[in-house]
Amino acid sequence: MSGGVQFPVRVIETEALSPTVKRLRLARRDGQALPPYSAGAHTVLTLDGGTRLIRNAYSLLGSTLSGGAAYEVAVLRSPQSRGGSAFIHDHLTVGTDLSLSAPINLFPLNRTARRHILVAGGIGITPIAAMASELAALGLPFELHYAMRDIASGAFAAELAAQHGDRLHLYVSERQERLSVRDILARQPLGTHLYVCGPERMIEGVMAHARIAGWPESALHAERFLAPEGGEPFALRLARSGISTVVAEHETLLEAIEAAGVDAPYLCRGGACGQCETRVLVADGDLLHADHYLTDSQKSCGQTIMTCVSRLRGRELVLDL
Amino acid sequence: MQPSPIKSRPLYGTLVPVRQATRHIAIAEGEGASAVTEAFRGHDALSRTIILFSPAPRSTDCQQETLLASLACEALHVASGVEDLLAELVTTLSAATMGTRLYVSGSEDFIGRVTSEALHQGIDADAIQAEHRGAPTRRVQCVHCKGFTDGVSASPAPCAHCGLHLLVRDHYSRRLGAFMGVCIDAEAPGEIPPAETFGA
Repeated sequence: MSGGVQFPVRVIETEALSPTVKRLRLARRDGQALPPYSAGAHTVLTLDGGTRLIRNAYSLLGSTLSGGAAYEVAVLRSPQSRGGSAFIHDHLTVGTDLSLSAPINLFPLNRTARRHILVAGGIGITPIAAMASELAALGLPFELHYAMRDIASGAFAAELAAQHGDRLHLYVSERQERLSVRDILARQPLGTHLYVCGPERMIEGVMAHARIAGWPESALHAERFLAPEGGEPFALRLARSGISTVVAEHETLLEAIEAAGVDAPYLCRGGACGQCETRVLVADGDLLHADHYLTDSQKSCGQTIMTCVSRLRGRELVLDL
Repeated sequence: MQPSPIKSRPLYGTLVPVRQATRHIAIAEGEGASAVTEAFRGHDALSRTIILFSPAPRSTDCQQETLLASLACEALHVASGVEDLLAELVTTLSAATMGTRLYVSGSEDFIGRVTSEALHQGIDADAIQAEHRGAPTRRVQCVHCKGFTDGVSASPAPCAHCGLHLLVRDHYSRRLGAFMGVCIDAEAPGEIPPAETFGA
């Protein structure tokens, strides 16, 4: 089955960290431990949303390098949600059964770096907080910069302040506090690595500053999970399976393929890992590439598409599936 | 240079100053000075450039030094030999910040020693550029006694420490900045093929 090993789990705890962020604690139904993971890892939750299966990727909180009894994720109720995060907020309670994938880390700490600058915006704090706690446990030097709209939405601020003291720098835009990337990046010793997770515009801004300041690419790390957006519906034909279907307005290409009963490859479901790259046979219309995996030239030549976040604007797409 | 089937064998390019770098450190030995001069002459990076130079071993020619002095960079340090030059590099890098780029040029063993030392000081590998000038001599580590022999120009070559005759392989250690040398006559002691010089 695609998506790697699946573990049947149950919600054993829920907590509203803020009006828009809900924490879930998940443990295996058979009481066994879940696999160890490193900070920055994510898991894909699969749950029955009634009319459809919901599969969303979430960063894992904390880190259990020694293996853990339970995993925790924090879910933001996304205003652009196609239903996944709203469903989790409205319907998931203690006792709900779901499954999760083995952890995957596309945003690991660089273990050869000498110093780590962690920058988070909003819910982007989830992998970044895990990194901070791993670095603190290892006794490695780091700075944690956390920008948020208002104190109420800074779900983790109090806990992080207690844990990391003056290594934590908070920026609340409601209080006119601005994160100055230029000042953070100046005077960092050789061997410093930078990690950013947050809204796309923030990631782009921080990365642009770092490049202008002459930082080499290998020292720059970002997590760019995309919440796939909907779009206009289009016809889909899977050539090898001989299946014709329609990708609806609020459905992703990958979800339509799965709904048609085809076990297509995927891993992160956020346009980052490259696992779902699929060959395009015919595209009657324009491919709307939304991933961060294909290069610009690969996107323009249009031979493949990442089914998790990209779609077609046009009449029909024929895939080699 | 013939492309080697060995993936670890380093390939060298041409030095090109990275415009957005906040500081440039160029380090050269002997003929490497020409590569630095060609890359930096007239470049607006010069006001943020430190050049570290040592003449080629046993050279009495001052022409390279004069050439570098004519660039009018931020600072030029001339050392009497590679050991002193490496010590100067360590001092410079220990105070350096992110945004610093390193440019290395000279013989192959010089590039290896500088790169390995710079990586130990924490600089990222992609912040280092190297251009090969001068002798294609290699720094070799004997896999038997672990001793380093500098300035090896042909293979097989005697180990300067244990005296074994070493076949110099293309296998390269970035950590050590050296090629691997393996005893060539272990099976048939004394049967040593004629030495072949490394191509440029």
